Amino acid sequence: MLIRGVALLAGCFIAGQLLGETLGRLIHINANVGGVGFAMLLLVFAQNWFEKRDSLHPEMESGILFWSKMYIPVIVAMSATQNVRVALSSGLIALAAGIIPVAICLFLVPSITRISLKTPEEWSI
Amino acid sequence: MEYITTLLAKNGLVVAFLSVGLIMYSSDFLSEKLTRKKIPGSAIAIFLGLVLAYIGGVVSGGSKGIADIKELSGFELMGGAMFRDFAIVSTAMGVSFVVVRKTGLAGIISLFVGVILTFFTGATIAYFMGYRDAISITTIGAGACTFVVGPVTGAAIGASSDVIAISIATGLVKSIAITICTPLVARVIGLNNPATAMVFGGLIGTTSGVAAGLASTDPKLVPYGAMTATFYTGLGCLLCPSILYLLVKVIVG
Repeated sequence: MLIRGVALLAGCFIAGQLLGETLGRLIHINANVGGVGFAMLLLVFAQNWFEKRDSLHPEMESGILFWSKMYIPVIVAMSATQNVRVALSSGLIALAAGIIPVAICLFLVPSITRISLKTPEEWSI
Repeated sequence: MEYITTLLAKNGLVVAFLSVGLIMYSSDFLSEKLTRKKIPGSAIAIFLGLVLAYIGGVVSGGSKGIADIKELSGFELMGGAMFRDFAIVSTAMGVSFVVVRKTGLAGIISLFVGVILTFFTGATIAYFMGYRDAISITTIGAGACTFVVGPVTGAAIGASSDVIAISIATGLVKSIAITICTPLVARVIGLNNPATAMVFGGLIGTTSGVAAGLASTDPKLVPYGAMTATFYTGLGCLLCPSILYLLVKVIVG
């Protein structure tokens, strides 16, 4: 049962990546356009479908949950393999152009959220 | 000694699991003892990862952080795109479809505002730091979006390799800044619900930075932010070498 969950996740992953690659080719940029996003949507759909049929076995679920719990460790490994030395040494321009736009966008988060969000209370998780 | 190195390198992925486990353990310890859990253990762990990457770069002179040290080469597989994306997708488990639908419009607006505003801010900075040609300005502006959009754009419009390197570094600084800043500003910008997380991901882009930042803020928000952030790179690759490049060309002549 555990492997069925992992396989479902893998299936959504591959299908999503394929969609992303295909879309990238269709619009002539050699990149994967939103592959991870598509895969996530597929997993959300698949999960809803299984839940409706009442056939989402808990063990199957734990096959997927294991990977979502491995997420932070994987990110730690990823940050340990970045070229931090070069990012720090390639000068002021990388620092300024990397940080200033971020600050501006962070500042905008609340106002754009308000567009769809009239009553913040209903969004609490 | 030689055989130990070989053994560790041969079992690289398992060594990486062990090392990351130890990093997480010590980070949780530091979080509890030094900050009374005010700074989450995961944020400390990601920061320690960056410190390790710096040390690895200095010791080996390579470009893959700690993975350039032979015994720790497994970090490259564990932190590579495959595991990262696989783990990101798995976080969609338990996402509420209702929330995704409700955030729709704000999500799309945040994507366009995020890419265009970031591009022009980066481009303006490039201009004031001495770059006057449209190709370099566009490439650095694109690098301000993400470290993928920068080189893709630079390659498409024929930028020189040093400008492309700057654009990658810019994207990297952004990703690191987001990783560190997100948990610090989360309360100020109301980043405590799925809708805001989706807007946040759309405005900022950089899937890795957004996901890492949200992970140390509240792991439940990761899938929402990552979902919009993943479309940011696509939109950036689409707009930067085309419309935005032409606009820059018109402006700087």
